[in-house]
Amino acid sequence: MATYLEFIQQNEERDGVRFSWNVWPSSRLEATRMVVPLACLLTPLKERLDLPPVQYEPVLCSRPTCKAVLNPLCQVDYRAKLWACNFCFQRNQFPPAYAGISEVNQPAELMPQFSTIEYIVQRGPQTPLIFLYVVDTCLEEEDLQALKESLQMSLSLLPADALVGLITFGRMVQVHELSCEGISKSYVFRGTKDLTAKQIQDMLGLSRPAVPIQQGRPLQTPEQPVISSRFLQPVHKIDMNLTDLLGELQRDPWPVTQGKRPLRSTGVALSIAVGLLEGTFPNTGARIMLFTGGPPTQGPGMVVGDELKTPIRSWHDIEKDNARFMKKATKHYETLANRTATNGHCIDIYACALDQTGLLEMKCCANLTGGHMVMGDSFNTSLFKQTFQRVFNKGFNGEFRMAFGANLDVKTSRELKIAGAIGPCISLNAKGPCVSENELGIGGTSQWKMCSLDPSTTLAIYFEVVNQHNAPIPQGGRGAVQFVTQYQHSSTQKRIRVTTIARNWADAQSQLQHIEAAFDQEAAAVLMARLGVYRAESEEGPDVLRWLDRQLIRLCQKFGQYNKDDPNSFRLSESFSLYPQFMFHLRRSPFLQVFNNSPDESSYYRHHFARQDLTQSLIMIQPILYAYSFHGPPEPVLLDSSSILPDRILLMDTFFQIVIYLGETIAQWQKAGYQEMPEYENFKHLLQAPLDDAQEILQTRFPMPRYIHTEHGGSQARFLLSKVNPSQTHNNLYAWGQESGAPILTDDVSLQVFMDHLKKLAVSSAS
Amino acid sequence: MCPFMQFIEGGRRYQCGFCNCVNDVPPFFFQHLDHIGRRVDHYERPELSLGSYEYVATLDYCRNNKPPKPPAYIFMIDVSYRNINSGLVKLICDELKTLLDKLPREEQEESSAIRVGFVTYNKVLHFFNVKSSLAQPQMMVVSDVGEVFVPLLDGFLVNFQESRSVVINLLDQIPEMFADTNESETIFAPVIQAGMEALKAAECAGKLFIFHSSLPTAEAPGKLRNRDDKKLLNTDKEKTLFQPQVNSYEALARDCVANGCCVNLFLFPNQYVDVASVGLVTMCTGGTLYKYNNFQLDADSPQFLSDLRKDIEKKTGFDAIMRVRTSTGFRATDFFGAIYMNNTTDVEMAAVDCDKAVTVEFKHDDKLNEDSGALIQCAVLYTSISGQRRLRIHNIGLNCSSQLADVYKTCETDALINFFAKSAFKAILSQPLKMVREILVNQTAHMLACYRKTCASPSAVSQLILPDAMKVLPVYMNCLLKSCVLVGRPEIPTDERAYQRQLVTSMGVADTQLFFYPQLLPLHSLDLKSDTIPAAVRCSEERLSEGGAFLLADGLRVFLWLGVSAPPELIQGLFNVPSFAHISTEATSLPDLDNPFSKKLKSILEHIQSQKPYTMKLTIVKQREQSEMFFRQFLVEDKSIYGGASYVDFLCCVHKEICQLLS
Repeated sequence: MATYLEFIQQNEERDGVRFSWNVWPSSRLEATRMVVPLACLLTPLKERLDLPPVQYEPVLCSRPTCKAVLNPLCQVDYRAKLWACNFCFQRNQFPPAYAGISEVNQPAELMPQFSTIEYIVQRGPQTPLIFLYVVDTCLEEEDLQALKESLQMSLSLLPADALVGLITFGRMVQVHELSCEGISKSYVFRGTKDLTAKQIQDMLGLSRPAVPIQQGRPLQTPEQPVISSRFLQPVHKIDMNLTDLLGELQRDPWPVTQGKRPLRSTGVALSIAVGLLEGTFPNTGARIMLFTGGPPTQGPGMVVGDELKTPIRSWHDIEKDNARFMKKATKHYETLANRTATNGHCIDIYACALDQTGLLEMKCCANLTGGHMVMGDSFNTSLFKQTFQRVFNKGFNGEFRMAFGANLDVKTSRELKIAGAIGPCISLNAKGPCVSENELGIGGTSQWKMCSLDPSTTLAIYFEVVNQHNAPIPQGGRGAVQFVTQYQHSSTQKRIRVTTIARNWADAQSQLQHIEAAFDQEAAAVLMARLGVYRAESEEGPDVLRWLDRQLIRLCQKFGQYNKDDPNSFRLSESFSLYPQFMFHLRRSPFLQVFNNSPDESSYYRHHFARQDLTQSLIMIQPILYAYSFHGPPEPVLLDSSSILPDRILLMDTFFQIVIYLGETIAQWQKAGYQEMPEYENFKHLLQAPLDDAQEILQTRFPMPRYIHTEHGGSQARFLLSKVNPSQTHNNLYAWGQESGAPILTDDVSLQVFMDHLKKLAVSSAS
Repeated sequence: MCPFMQFIEGGRRYQCGFCNCVNDVPPFFFQHLDHIGRRVDHYERPELSLGSYEYVATLDYCRNNKPPKPPAYIFMIDVSYRNINSGLVKLICDELKTLLDKLPREEQEESSAIRVGFVTYNKVLHFFNVKSSLAQPQMMVVSDVGEVFVPLLDGFLVNFQESRSVVINLLDQIPEMFADTNESETIFAPVIQAGMEALKAAECAGKLFIFHSSLPTAEAPGKLRNRDDKKLLNTDKEKTLFQPQVNSYEALARDCVANGCCVNLFLFPNQYVDVASVGLVTMCTGGTLYKYNNFQLDADSPQFLSDLRKDIEKKTGFDAIMRVRTSTGFRATDFFGAIYMNNTTDVEMAAVDCDKAVTVEFKHDDKLNEDSGALIQCAVLYTSISGQRRLRIHNIGLNCSSQLADVYKTCETDALINFFAKSAFKAILSQPLKMVREILVNQTAHMLACYRKTCASPSAVSQLILPDAMKVLPVYMNCLLKSCVLVGRPEIPTDERAYQRQLVTSMGVADTQLFFYPQLLPLHSLDLKSDTIPAAVRCSEERLSEGGAFLLADGLRVFLWLGVSAPPELIQGLFNVPSFAHISTEATSLPDLDNPFSKKLKSILEHIQSQKPYTMKLTIVKQREQSEMFFRQFLVEDKSIYGGASYVDFLCCVHKEICQLLS
């Protein structure tokens, strides 16, 4: 099996693709019996050190409905200078530039190691990146100060030619003009009135004058950039000005009476930001960065009224249909998000407040446009400061880890159709022969748009095998999928990345063991989880859990080895062995459980789950636990309550949190101050080791996780206790007094109970 | 409480002079009576002994029972292409820098409590944050003119002394900021709205100073089109020209009055701006309308700046409400002036200044008592410039007589003309001009016929008999009938008529008298040694002489007419030029020369200008030149070129009417 694991890993490294099945069942019927759909996780812009882009246009198949890109899987006739498309079998002439090719002189795109290749193409004018800050001024003085400093700092991180703009909002919305010398000028909008894009452009004076020439006037040649640049200016030109302007930003001056929330016009502010960019820079890379310190309280998109005595909606309210503003607000932000996505811009949300800020309603803004969503307690925390700084991080080659306006086109060979995608994208509604009628996720199309993405952005793409059972695929035939991603690179270059992959077909009846062996349980778990989370957005929580359970049982029935009605005989092969455990933790995860989470938190967790790559997604489903002790080097341990021992330090990474937990004894030692004594230096080192490891994770992850340092009995220990498998609870007290972990006070079932039930159901002949 | 209250029962009770009701004297007010039944403290208390006096009002008289805040002045400058190009904006900004130091203040206070704010506008509004802590003013643009709002609270209205450097900085920058504008369209109603909202948000009363120059054609509430139509003259539809074009202005006026927002409007039109519409809010809020046709920086700025200065320095009461009470037998039925009335008794004025007059019409509703006479009390509640709520009370007691002759003997023609003018100018909104004119002539004839029938000694029918106090009524009435407001002629711009109509509506008796019958002063026979003003002569061409020089003033304009053979020493003295031919009529002021002629004329001009609400622009008219035509309109006793009758003709006409009435 090591060969398959290697194969999978190699593929992921080279192409950024992980398929749930790496040998494909050859008919529709068989495919549906596999339970886990044929699907893949695609990281379109996976960072590749060894992939120098080529500086020419890709060669396309001449069939108008196909237009697949020339790739290593194509049959090439070097003498006739012809190539056959491996998707539609059209025979194509090479373009004149390829006259010199031969078996020994191949262009890069025909070499097998270039199954993924990147082209730099010349299309249209290159416009600089645009960063539009939308800043809430209804903040506490300290918070605002910290935010101002972060924003000022960020100016130095932007590319010098990038355009920046500033919108501030509170009770009113102010669009700041950046070009004028001397007096600072801003356009002010009422925070309660929604405006159409046209109105916004008219009011900002962005619409081109209808009658430019009037008699007796000095003729002005209307230069388009001049008009729009009143609000968006190159950083290098105005960074001094903008730094001053940011420095002078004051808290919203309108008085807030006792018992009220400040009036915050987030809805209108976003609407204006979207309208401004829509009118001036459609279809170029632009980030609208929203910084907010509380829920929108007036105007379109308000989430809660300004009376403090009515709290912001909870899951309980939503279930009881008690969330007054939710539907209207969600609709407002959805409209905005769709417009933004259509324009190819993205919206980031940086929400820092102790209470909820309305992420539930606003989530679509980031989800549909590929923007970031960051949630913190205050702008004056390293969590926000570091995370924000990391937005502008640069990759290994000194380029920003951000790309814009990506258009992903998926092509499949005839036996396959595309069912849909789940990730930070919107459908481009490109119907075609390879689009399936059955939708999984965002379907009905073979093309998606991702307005913003980074090297780790990962899409789940679901396929359907359409080959009929009685139409066998020729022996050795391979199914192929091509991913063509056109995007605007952070250097503003237009680039196209093409990944072409192929997998073998296998007859599920005769060659089930091949298919089974090529099952990628990690990818499958994430792909199923994405489907589950996608469903949870629109369906009731329990329904989704039931659906997941049913799928799991069916999978176990299909691939488990057992005697009917004998749970003890149940075995799963190695390639499936971890899958039930993933599902167990997924069921308990905040992605599917809303208990103990606010609607905002759920939205935040789901947002990140729908975009991270496989490794990070797995951490989210099943957090990683490391143990540090004097008994040996640090080792990964089971995510189980039995792992919590008094003489251990535990480091848990849930993606969103990093928890360091000192066992009872260790905590006592620390209190006694042993680490200060020279003779116990090794204890000091033991304490230090997890800190160093945590630091390493904190340094690299986006968004920066919440860092929790706690100990046995500490209130923050709940973060650890809620995640581990409750193998010992107050209900099975047999472990008391033994040195075998810590009981968890919970009624949740443990993994053992879960597995027992699963086995029972799987082997039952009744189902 | 007023001098008309009668104290009885040893001072324990008093009888109201207006309603005769007997009230108890509250203990804190009690005072013994002396031997003639007068309170012992009669002369110590102004309200017992004086006709006019003022109270500091208690909280019950304040809006929302809160003491008012000091008022605010907001300067709103049209910065469209025209105003920038003409240099007007720069002129205003430069002038404001010095004027803001002269804001009115209470005598005992060191500096003015009035706060100031600044707005500029063309198609959109620009508010300025001039908070004292700022290094630079900040500009906030409101382009949502459909629903104007105030974008800032803190820093918009400031104390000039505190924010001096920021304000000066702003005034320096405004002309530059818009120097290369090419925006020609303007808005108007949203500007007022914005000012009103700003005052409302600041919870204070105040005045807006709007400097506007063109018809507001930009897409916004209160948008106007050019509806001036000469074809409507002398038809039943002529009255529509005096009514506002869209009714949003009326609603705006109501809101302004409700919020104590007075609108002062300075117009600089080059063409039709629809004064009837844009001036309406000014009229209803007790504001003043100034109009400078074809404003030329060199020629007209002294007049404008003087008007502006006077207006800013004027003593003004804000958020005023007036009520007129009468004793039994008669009551106030109608009010004329720059006022707004929500009901039939309360006269509301967003502001009232020293030059505004309200004319009140009284009617009998019962018999008046000859013994007690007729009592009138006028109470005005207002907020002073320092933000103090005050109640000013005027009392007057008039005698009654059953003899008509006595009534005629004591009548005051100037007041009558003021009333007739205001009521006629109000009537043209609802009646055709022709009918209004006929009514005026009829009323004149009726009054005189009645006198003849009941009071005059019998005489020949053909003889015209005028009561002594009404000798000049016909000549004044003729002037009123000749006023361009009441004469529909295509040569007279509609705006000018609407403008004059509005001016007269708020004028006092002295101002209307001068306005309808200008002062004509001979200059050639000056007694250079005395300080007196030469006696005025009748406004007729007969009085002019080739060898003379005359000064004519009507309260808005002043003309210096020079006969072709005016004395050369006079010309030399005034103009420093050798002869009549060298005089330029371009000038709008006279050179300052050190000779008795020049000094004397300057002092005369100063004298006639003093106490006048508007600065009069000087025009030099040379006999037998083109400009004399215009001048002749002011010779009101002559036949007017626009068809107005001469005094003699009118007299004949009235006489005929009287004869008809008597027969």
